Amino acid sequence: VLVRVINSGGWHRDRDRQPRHRPPGGPKPSLKSKASRGSILADRAATAVLWGTGAFVLLILGGIIVHFALAAWGVVSPSFVLSDPSDTALGGILPVLWNSIYMLVLTMLIAVPVGILGGIYMSEYAGENAMTSAIRFAEEAISSVPSIVVGLFGLILFVDDFHWGFTALGGALALTFFNLPLMTRLSEQALRAVPQEERSASLALGATKWQTIRHVVLPLAIPGLITGVILTAGRVFGEAAVLLFTSGIGTPPHYDFANLDLTNPASPWSPLRPATTLSVYIYKLNSEGLGIFKNQIVDGSAAILISMVLIFNLGARLIGRVLTRRLTAA
Amino acid sequence: MIFIVVLLLASSPGRASSSSSRTASRSGQILSPTWQPDSTSPPTSFGLLPFIAGTVYVTGVALLISTPLSVGLALFLSEVAPQWARAIVQPALEIFVGIPSVVWGWLGITILVPFLSDTFHSDLVLSLPIVGDIFTRAGLPDRVLLAGGLAGPVDHDPADHHQRLLRRVPCGPAGAAHRLARPGHDALADHPPPSDPVRAPGVLTAVVLGMTRAAGEALAVQMVIGNSPTLPAAITQPVTTLTSQITLDMGNTVFGEPWQDALWTMSLVLLLHLDHVGRARSGHQQRRMAS
Repeated sequence: VLVRVINSGGWHRDRDRQPRHRPPGGPKPSLKSKASRGSILADRAATAVLWGTGAFVLLILGGIIVHFALAAWGVVSPSFVLSDPSDTALGGILPVLWNSIYMLVLTMLIAVPVGILGGIYMSEYAGENAMTSAIRFAEEAISSVPSIVVGLFGLILFVDDFHWGFTALGGALALTFFNLPLMTRLSEQALRAVPQEERSASLALGATKWQTIRHVVLPLAIPGLITGVILTAGRVFGEAAVLLFTSGIGTPPHYDFANLDLTNPASPWSPLRPATTLSVYIYKLNSEGLGIFKNQIVDGSAAILISMVLIFNLGARLIGRVLTRRLTAA
Repeated sequence: MIFIVVLLLASSPGRASSSSSRTASRSGQILSPTWQPDSTSPPTSFGLLPFIAGTVYVTGVALLISTPLSVGLALFLSEVAPQWARAIVQPALEIFVGIPSVVWGWLGITILVPFLSDTFHSDLVLSLPIVGDIFTRAGLPDRVLLAGGLAGPVDHDPADHHQRLLRRVPCGPAGAAHRLARPGHDALADHPPPSDPVRAPGVLTAVVLGMTRAAGEALAVQMVIGNSPTLPAAITQPVTTLTSQITLDMGNTVFGEPWQDALWTMSLVLLLHLDHVGRARSGHQQRRMAS
């Protein structure tokens, strides 16, 4: 991306081109007669500034990616990804990376069905009544609650009231609360994008409402639904504030992946154990890490986090495109 | 289902407020500027003013930086950029939005804070974090307005929001300006978004959204802000915010002691403030739709 920006030094030359929205067919306007010299200058300046903001985003993003690529060079290696943290040597991040993935899967297992069902309700069943506006208000309210407060809520409910202590399950549930509005909204949008004619046709053939949803609407909405799932997943993967006080911030022990006993808190497969994730680990290292390798570890972890964000984003885009093409071609 | 979550969330302020009323009755000093929570060095004082002022201050400065950038970006994407440029910038923005806040915090503390203390020839590295914070969250283009832009429902991504609102401007003003055949962006000059009645409500909504994101951001801020519980005086001084103090202290305090009660009060303040803002926002949207 960065290379394209640099190579396209001609960006600012575009600024004299005609406006896109000029109604076609009309006589070509004479610039000299209608616009004063000053306003042409102002116009060019405005255009240049606006192009500048666009280029700025690309530069910063490119800069961040290059920065982490350089910083992580020599840090990220198979052994970094696959070994335990260490106080004395350049430790690895295996347990926290495992926890991030574990937490992601656990959260999505809860959030995806609820979110999609909620989306189906909002798109297919909800009328314009008090209930609907109450739900919309709730969606807005939850999504304006700061993530740290959602984390505190998890602390009260799961850690204290349920006496679970810091657990992966508590963290996943708090993450679900936090992301449910997003997931529901994305699903609703995906379902609403299905043309009304498809529903009418199905209903006219005698299908019930549920059959219509199940066999007509849902398949057509799949690209949008998958994009929604992946975007939510990206956010869940990077979230830290919600998890500080729900799934814990302790340095994870050595995990024995052969221990498949789900009720044993020592098993890495158990949901009822503390689970420090990669983002939380970055925060933890920054606030209390004193080791000489702290900076390298954080740089490496951040590089992995950013790569995952990139993968989630590009993946959502790619899968959405492929599925749309396949479904619309069929 | 969503209702259950709402009910659960609604129970949380109740719990917090029972703690906070305890604090209030115990100290009665919520609006005092002195924060001395440690009972081993009396007299203790639980003034929340530094945190509230810090939050307002940081949010304000961050918005000052990020709003022009965001509006510019939205204008660029909706009015200026040709298709190919939009196809590059739009996905880049989405990735931007997806970068986790701890990563922003780390960038702030490793790049911006040292850079700023060099630039301003300050001896105190910690004297500049607030600027670092502002850059972390805002200067990197509209971190604030975009902050977790996907954090809200997607159509609440503020830059996206801006952009869509601009796209939605009917043929009216923009079209008319174009028909007058002023070159390019006189249309913008004649109808700058903040003063254009068609666009202003939407831009305002986006700014309010950015505000809730900025005020609610916890980790990135905590990492760079210096966490000094004093009233903000200069932009180059360390301050603290509600979110960052909660983040720092909640794990180190014991449930039921006044110190932690004060933290619960902070989260209540945060919750009520943002709820208020959110309500203003939805009211605003309704008005917009009605008009």
